[in-house]
Amino acid sequence: MTTNALSELLSQRDWLLTDGATGTTLFNMGLVSGDAPELWNVEHPDRIRALYQGPVDAGSDLFLTNSFGGTASRLKLHNAQDRVGELNRAAAELGREIADASGRKVVVAGSMGPTGEIMEPMGPLSYDSAVEMFHEQAEALKDGGADVLWVETISAPDEYKAAARAAELAEMPWCGTMSFDTAGRTMMGFTSADLAKMVETLPNPPLAYGANCGVGASDLLRTVLGFQASGSERPIIAKGNAGIPKYVDGHIHYDGTPDLMADYAVLARDSGATIIGGCCGTTTEHLVRMREALETRPRGETPTLDKITQALGGFSSPSDGTDGEGPARRERKGRRRKG
Amino acid sequence: MSDEEDDIILSELDDEELVAQMMDDLYDGLKEEIEEGTNILLERGWQPYDVLTKALVAGMTIVGHDFRDGILFVPEVLLAANAMKAGMAILKPLLAETGAPTIGKMVIGTVKGDIHDIGKNLVGMMMEGAGFEVVDIGINNPVENYLGKAAEEKADIIGMSALLTTTMPYMKIVIDEMVAQGIRDDYIVLVGGAPLNEEFGKSIGADAYCRDAAVAVETAKELMARKHNRAHAG
Repeated sequence: MTTNALSELLSQRDWLLTDGATGTTLFNMGLVSGDAPELWNVEHPDRIRALYQGPVDAGSDLFLTNSFGGTASRLKLHNAQDRVGELNRAAAELGREIADASGRKVVVAGSMGPTGEIMEPMGPLSYDSAVEMFHEQAEALKDGGADVLWVETISAPDEYKAAARAAELAEMPWCGTMSFDTAGRTMMGFTSADLAKMVETLPNPPLAYGANCGVGASDLLRTVLGFQASGSERPIIAKGNAGIPKYVDGHIHYDGTPDLMADYAVLARDSGATIIGGCCGTTTEHLVRMREALETRPRGETPTLDKITQALGGFSSPSDGTDGEGPARRERKGRRRKG
Repeated sequence: MSDEEDDIILSELDDEELVAQMMDDLYDGLKEEIEEGTNILLERGWQPYDVLTKALVAGMTIVGHDFRDGILFVPEVLLAANAMKAGMAILKPLLAETGAPTIGKMVIGTVKGDIHDIGKNLVGMMMEGAGFEVVDIGINNPVENYLGKAAEEKADIIGMSALLTTTMPYMKIVIDEMVAQGIRDDYIVLVGGAPLNEEFGKSIGADAYCRDAAVAVETAKELMARKHNRAHAG
């Protein structure tokens, strides 16, 4: 693959800092719950510039565009399914503007979140339709000047593959993370080991892969250790939430402190992650402390699970499905009927 | 691949074996087997309500527990729920004829701005399976959809689902509106969705946060029982 802004940075540095939260940051700017954040790309471009400027000023090497819900199936909720091109292009253009004005190399990553629909055969969404929707979004992000596509918060392996195919069609480098929020797996039951294995089988593998969102910082690092255990050389992404959401004074507040996220960032690097950042609840204040910690604290040994829980709190489930220790599927009492 | 010795003829099993077999089939999401088993039990003179509770609901309870415990995940539960739905489709008209008891009525939907309906659908199916009447108002619901439908249907429970951190605060908007209209205590309000937790449920004024479909059913039953007790005491 030809070089791009992200692959260049990856070749020069042994860790990169991404941005933090998009949704929770927009709420603090007055976004009303239920409304589409993507509409702000054209209705309130200054607020989106401010959203992007935050991580750039905090020292992030990469930030995501405000286009998480920018597929036709998601925009349909706001009767904006015909504005996929316009809204995603605007998201990337504003990003390009802020990145280019930063005076250093900052990667504009075009965020592509899940379609929100269930893939066949469990649900109505066919692989081809998923590819089509992601491709439409990918082309617009590319037009707007995104350096890479950033597929995130995916649960279903087929949806991840569909996004990979869309990136291929758009001839764009891409990264892809899944959300491991159900007993250490994605809600579809996919484990960290499953994802590590799958990315190597893709015809168009990502520049980097990993985990975002999910439950807390501890769970996310257990997932990273799962990727690392697969032995893959591919860069790993760790973008965890700043703790657990709480409702305080009329808005959502995440309970992870900047100090906790600084510890998380260093532990993520020790666990094998190269691209490190936050997700929901991660503010610029968190990012500043994360940057500082990554710059000043030396690399350590790969942490044990105990060390992770001591530093960041307990896991949401005893097993993440990769250690063979999890609860077993129930045995059939009767015989299976054939034919 | 058919292994003759493994073939089971459902109609040759006695009631107890058949019910055990149906629980296994439900667990494995075998829709046609569930339809066949449901019909056999009815032909043997079982009351529709007994088929529902002793075979289907009992089977889905196991599925729900294993979902809760991180053994089964969404794909398996969707398959199981679809199999159960097929059995329910046979039983529903019969249940209506026989006047089988319903435990309560729930209006359920995903909040405004949110398209995710997996969790909501699972809760709806499990609640139906447990004997509740469920009115599903779909995705992307503004506050007036919840309150309008709940009033129209004389519902006991309002269930709200959200899967995004950008949409979960909308639940508070709905509850605040209920308070403003003085109807908050007319309903049991249950909330659920991946980014939520118990504390969040409490702080926005819901009656309960339900971490999964199985918990939703247990919680709804418990709160309905309390509501009845209160009504009788008063």
